[in-house]
Amino acid sequence: MVANSSISRVLRKVPRENAFYFFTSIGNYTGENAASLEEFVRKIKEVDAKSLGFHLYRGDFEKWVAETLEDEELAEKIRSLKSLSPSGNSLRNQLYLIVSKQYEKLKGEFCS
Amino acid sequence: MKIKNQAVVLDNLDWKILQILQENAKQTYTEIGQLLGVAHSTIYDHIHKMEEHGVIKKYTAVVDLEKIGIKHVTAIMTVFTNPQESEKVAKRLSESKEVLEVSASLSENLSIIAKVVAENQNRLHLFIAQSVAPLPGVLRIRTSIITRKYKDERFSIEKWKMESKH
Repeated sequence: MVANSSISRVLRKVPRENAFYFFTSIGNYTGENAASLEEFVRKIKEVDAKSLGFHLYRGDFEKWVAETLEDEELAEKIRSLKSLSPSGNSLRNQLYLIVSKQYEKLKGEFCS
Repeated sequence: MKIKNQAVVLDNLDWKILQILQENAKQTYTEIGQLLGVAHSTIYDHIHKMEEHGVIKKYTAVVDLEKIGIKHVTAIMTVFTNPQESEKVAKRLSESKEVLEVSASLSENLSIIAKVVAENQNRLHLFIAQSVAPLPGVLRIRTSIITRKYKDERFSIEKWKMESKH
């Protein structure tokens, strides 16, 4: 069981300068961003699939999750998704499953 | 050079001096004076006045970065902004050392166009992701990396004067 303080840290809203900004390629910002794990889950469903591929293979998602949200467990799960080389909607669905599952798990543990 | 209704009005000699300086800013007052058939002290006075009133902003060297082994990436970044925040975004961009030029454009919505330089593509992306995208009022960004330059000239007074005569 993870301590409530650690869970609330992962679930917190971060300042806008530390949010995750979705790009489709180098320097091309989509206008979408996520400042919390909850928003991140939602945006995975909404943003261009090209953006998800761009960030997954650069390692941006795992870096943000580990360094900003401080959830090493989720970062590791995202890292291992890369080895399956998913793309397009398959990537979106698999990433959504991993992140939303972790979000629901943490929310459940925090409330109990 | 005269000041008329708070505007700078250049005389014929000023224009000629500017043309010469644009070609080669290292020429001495004497050399310019010889070219134009006037005393070097007259050239000094004209140049000094133009510097004082900001007509001549600075003298600089154009360095060939490739020749001295400095690898870099240059990009043109179009930042689409919320109209209320546009001015602030332009000011913040102007303060960054990575940004060489900042202009406003009305071509498609309200946008800021900036020329950005970075060590490599990864650094360029990091700068845009960490320092530009989070600025309040930034709606989206389009970036084009320059791969080859076919022409790189500054605005020429000589050509402009020639064309305005016709």
